[in-house]
Parts: sequence; structure tokens; C-alpha cells
Amino acid sequence: MEAAIKQSSLDIAAIRAQFPVLKQEVNGYPLTYFDNAATSQKPLRVIEALNQYYSAYNSNIHRGVHTLAEKATNAYEATRNSLQKFINANEKEEIIFTKGTSESINLVAATYGRQNISEGDEIIITGLEHHSNIVPWQMLCEEKGAILKVVPVSNQGEINLDDFKALLSDKTKIVSVAFASNALGTINPVKQIIEAAHKIGAVVLLDAAQAVAHLEVDVQALDCDFLAASAHKMYGPTGVGFLYGKRHLLEQMPPYQGGGEMIKEVTFEKTTYNDIPFKFEAGTPNIADIIAFSEAIGFINELGKENIRVYEDALLDYATQKLTAIDKVKLIGTAQHKVGVLSFIFEGMHPFDVGMMLDARGIAVRTGHHCTMPLMEQFGLEGTIRASFAVYNTFEEIDTFVASLTKIANRIK
Amino acid sequence: MNSVEEIQQDIIEEFEFLADDRESTIFYIMELGQKLPAMDESLKTEENIIKGCQSKVWLTSDYKDGKVYFTADSNTDITKGLISLLIRILSGQTPDTILNTELNFVEKIGMSQVIGSQRSNGFNAMIKQMKLYALGYRAKAQVNK
Repeated sequence: MEAAIKQSSLDIAAIRAQFPVLKQEVNGYPLTYFDNAATSQKPLRVIEALNQYYSAYNSNIHRGVHTLAEKATNAYEATRNSLQKFINANEKEEIIFTKGTSESINLVAATYGRQNISEGDEIIITGLEHHSNIVPWQMLCEEKGAILKVVPVSNQGEINLDDFKALLSDKTKIVSVAFASNALGTINPVKQIIEAAHKIGAVVLLDAAQAVAHLEVDVQALDCDFLAASAHKMYGPTGVGFLYGKRHLLEQMPPYQGGGEMIKEVTFEKTTYNDIPFKFEAGTPNIADIIAFSEAIGFINELGKENIRVYEDALLDYATQKLTAIDKVKLIGTAQHKVGVLSFIFEGMHPFDVGMMLDARGIAVRTGHHCTMPLMEQFGLEGTIRASFAVYNTFEEIDTFVASLTKIANRIK
Repeated sequence: MNSVEEIQQDIIEEFEFLADDRESTIFYIMELGQKLPAMDESLKTEENIIKGCQSKVWLTSDYKDGKVYFTADSNTDITKGLISLLIRILSGQTPDTILNTELNFVEKIGMSQVIGSQRSNGFNAMIKQMKLYALGYRAKAQVNK
């Protein structure tokens, strides 16, 4: 544990101090927040940015000539710039603001998908996917008579590249995979997946919801065609996310929704559409949250992705080791490469009950199927208990967590 | 057999004893669940599952000599504990009693704070299903008169 702390250059106490929500007791115990894969907490600078926007320059963006509109527009577009740098997109126009990962995937399925998928075509996903990266493709397949193929998952919770390659054919048009699994934490070999898919001419979408706050994400180095993520899982506000797409793909795609902002000219006879990214941002967007999102990116940038990864890896290793030592605990998902997610079951006790017992001790975990019902079915489970870490979590919190689980285990003997 | 009011009062006193200790209260409910007699596997059918519960709950009933007897099971001990409380109060009562009983113990022991809103919804679904069974038996009894 001490060695792990030494590896990290981060001052965790100072980081924690930036998160007001962490300074509270729940059911008489200090809050231990281990539900970060569902949503992370927000640092003060994000909360203050929201407050500042509404207090000082709330205004609708673009096409306004007055000062507040100008200020709001600049702040809004500044987030796009931050995101461009954050994921190393070639141009800022390749960043589309959405409601979140789910909407980003739905956008691609409804536009690129409808335009390019025909009867008999194939779409490949993996057995690890969140429902958000299953259902939009199922809907598209149903509409077009296309086929959804699923890369199998091993008992360790990994996918095998050869299994993936075996599914590729000249019928494969879209490959959509999770960068990291929300239920098990598995990091998929996305670089190799993209290379293999490109060889046969398929486009690749990465569901990066569980990756953006924890792993280096460089869309040019990866060469992914699309990438979807949510702000709220990366210390930012809820209700905001983004879609990255390569310019030539975004330009050929039809609009997703009609409305203000996405038009160039409207007559009753014909509408011409705006350029990217605005073509995909119909209506007044979530201005406040998008502006505050920039602060979340700033927070991550200041800590440094590499520092975050080293520290979170140490947390994960420590927790894995401690949890494995509890007799009644069985880890689900033991992939070699993982983000800070620990999924497990507890012998003799239903995940819901364990979750409730932990909550009674101020520990927040998630229980259930984690929106991955097909994956749970493969493991013959209705659900798991999932502890997921963020940069503000501590080794002491893991000790508390393990002590509580041990106490519960002793009590149900 | 004690009246439903007496049984409810007993339950309220048992939970008062646990005071505001949420952890102990949950353990107590779990222990009640573990004591609930197992249900015959053949009764755990899709038809007997109560809709609206996040965990699986099976509920069946029998009608004998004008009284309704409930059998239930769940895949989680806490849920089993919750339904065992309802069985303790309502099983062996007449359809009229079941339909007319105000389950005031739920509020008195602060059940929703203990189990949270999701499980409270499930708990209400259990009560509703028990009352539906009673309603069915009452209707049948009236037809047979």
C-alpha cells in the first residue's frame, strides 16, 4: 500500500477537498463513494462554473449580438476546444455535443447506420456491452434486416481478438465496442480491433464512457471513426456528452434531428443544413452544463491522465488483493487489463442485500445487472455487487469497505 | 390467533427495540427472511412472480374454511423478510380482514427509510397482490353462496 502511494504523485487529500459531496456522513458513517462507474462526483470548480453561468452570463448561444450571448457562446465553444485537445481530435468541428453516450450511439445508428446499412449487412458488438451499445444496433438491424454479431466473452471477462476477427467479413459494416466494460472493468484491445475492422472497410465506434476519465484516449492514434462518452462519468455535469466523428463521415451523414441551430436556410420548400458540428446540434443545447464540462476536463488535465491511471491501478490492485482474501467473495471479471471496477458476488447473500448492508455503513456501491443483462446471463448471474473507483478514493476507504464485508460475512455464518 | 392489530403492534415493538440502528434493522429483516419456510420449487412459476419487485418474489395462496393462507419466497433474504412480515399479519385471515386491514406498521416502523424507495415500491406490490388474492376469494365465495 505504501509503495503504491509512493508511485503516485497526486495529493489525494487535496483532491478530496475539492469535492464537497465527499465531506458528509451517511447513516452515521463517513461516506465512501464507490459508485463512480455509474457517475462520478463533481469538483467545486464544476459546480462554481454552473453557478457562475447562471449568475453572470446566462444567454442563448450563437447568433446573438449582445455581450452576454457572446460570452456564453465563447464559453460554450471553449469546451469544444478543450474536448478536441482532450481526445486529440484533428479539428474541433469533429466534436458534437449530445446528452451523453447513449444519445451519441443512437445518433450514429440513426444517421450513419440508416444511411449505410442494408439487408444482410452485419454489425459487430461484444458480449461485454452496456445496453446502450446493444439496443440502438438491434433497432437498426430490425429496421434494415441486418444482422447483429456478438464477440464472445471468456470466463475471465475478456474478448479474444481471434474470435473477433473470425466474425469479420465483407458484410461487416459497423463495429461498435466498449473501450472499457462498465460491469467488469475489462479494457478491450481497441487498437487491434480498429485495425482489423478497417482492413475490411468497416467503421468503428468506441463506447468510451468508462474510459475517458481513466485512460489515455487519443482518437487519432486509435484511428477510431466514432467515439462516444458522457461528461458525468468524468467529473462533469449530468445530461451532457459528446460524439467524436471523423470529418468526412460526419459530413456525409444526414442530420439526426431537425430544429434551430442545425439549419443554414429554411424555406417551406426546402431546408439546407448547417455545417458540422451544428448540423447535429438541433435546438438550444445544454449550455450551462456544457460550459461547466470544460472545468471537469481542466480538472483531469491538471492531475494528468498518467498520474490518475497509476493511482487508480494501485487502488484496484490493492482492493482486488484484499477482496480475494474474503472467503465468501467471488470476483467476476478477472481480465488482465482493467479500469478500476471490481464486480463480485457474495456467497449466501443476494447482491441487493449486500448493497443495502454496505449502505447502512455509508458505503455506496451498485448492485444488479449494470445494464448488461446478456453479460450477466453468461455468468449465470442476475447481478453483481460493483465497486468502482475514482481518483479521490483512498486506500483507507478500501480498508473500510473490506472490513464491512468481512463483518457481514461473519454475521451471516 | 391474534388479531391483525395485535400482530402489527408486536411487530412495531420488535422494531422499536432495534431503535434507529439501520444495520441491525436490516439484519433483523434478513433473519426473518431466513426463517421463512421454503416454498415448493414447483410453485416458483412465472405466473406466481409479483410484478413490480426488483428482486424475484413468488406468492401463492390457498383458501380453506373461509381463510386465506399465503406462501411466498424470494431470491433475496431481505425481500423474504419483508414478505414474511406480511404473511405473519395476513395469512390465516378472512378475505374481508385482509381487504380491510390498514397496514399501519409500515409507516410506524419507518419502513421506507430502512429499505429505500425501490424496495418500498416492491413491498407495496406485495401488499397489493395479497389483497388481490383476497378479493378473488371473496368474489368466489359470494358466487358460491
